[in-house]
Amino acid sequence: MTAGYVEVLERVSAIGGVQGAMLVSASDGLVVAESLMEGVDGRAVAALAAGLAGRLRRTTESAGLGTPRMVQLRAEGGTVLALPTASDLLVVVVARPDANLGLARLEMSDVARRIR
Amino acid sequence: MRALEPWMAPPLETFLDDSSARLALLMTSAGQVVAQHGFTRSLDVMGAAALGAGIVASTTEVARLMGSPAFGALVHQGTRQGMFLSGFDTSRGRWIALVVFGPETSVGLVQLFFERLVRDLAAAAPAELPRGPVLAEDFERELNASLHALFGR
Repeated sequence: MTAGYVEVLERVSAIGGVQGAMLVSASDGLVVAESLMEGVDGRAVAALAAGLAGRLRRTTESAGLGTPRMVQLRAEGGTVLALPTASDLLVVVVARPDANLGLARLEMSDVARRIR
Repeated sequence: MRALEPWMAPPLETFLDDSSARLALLMTSAGQVVAQHGFTRSLDVMGAAALGAGIVASTTEVARLMGSPAFGALVHQGTRQGMFLSGFDTSRGRWIALVVFGPETSVGLVQLFFERLVRDLAAAAPAELPRGPVLAEDFERELNASLHALFGR
């Protein structure tokens, strides 16, 4: 089952500038499946991205805006994307500044549909 | 937050800030408490320490029966709060951490920052002083000092 997840994640991580893609348990912050380049600390990104997504969800829900559809965190050295899915999983992508984020978001949505 | 020796406090405080854990207990593998945060009654601390040390001893024995190395960590995930229990090596011997966390954080974050706590404690630990003979009056004085440090009495 995890091999199937890795296969779909590899399509995301094959996009130019994307350093890795992961499926993360949103409530636990643990990695479920990953396709990462060397040098990306998957466990740390998973734990912190899940924590961030959880806090942002509570923020938008408190503001009466419902749940976030996508979290995009742009930093000096790149971008972290997190897409909540219907099954308590997050699709998390780490990308360099030159990455095609539009394509990455499309592929992330496809991953979310497949794991539903 | 209370610690038996001052050097233990900053790494534990950083861990508590970063992980948002509710309760934390550091103890020796024999169940002797060396630092604690969040417990208000000494009886609770001693009970939790004894149970935590017992659980680690039991799982270590199960691992031995299975021919495996000791388990890294044990997590119980409840509906309102979870518990993370893990042994780790220090210059003072093997210690155990018992961490209780709520829905405001996650086991992933607790685990992540626990690894840093272990590194920070190793870096902060002073060199072991040579130990002299244990005298009865020293033992009582040290015991009282430990109780005062951990429970403020």
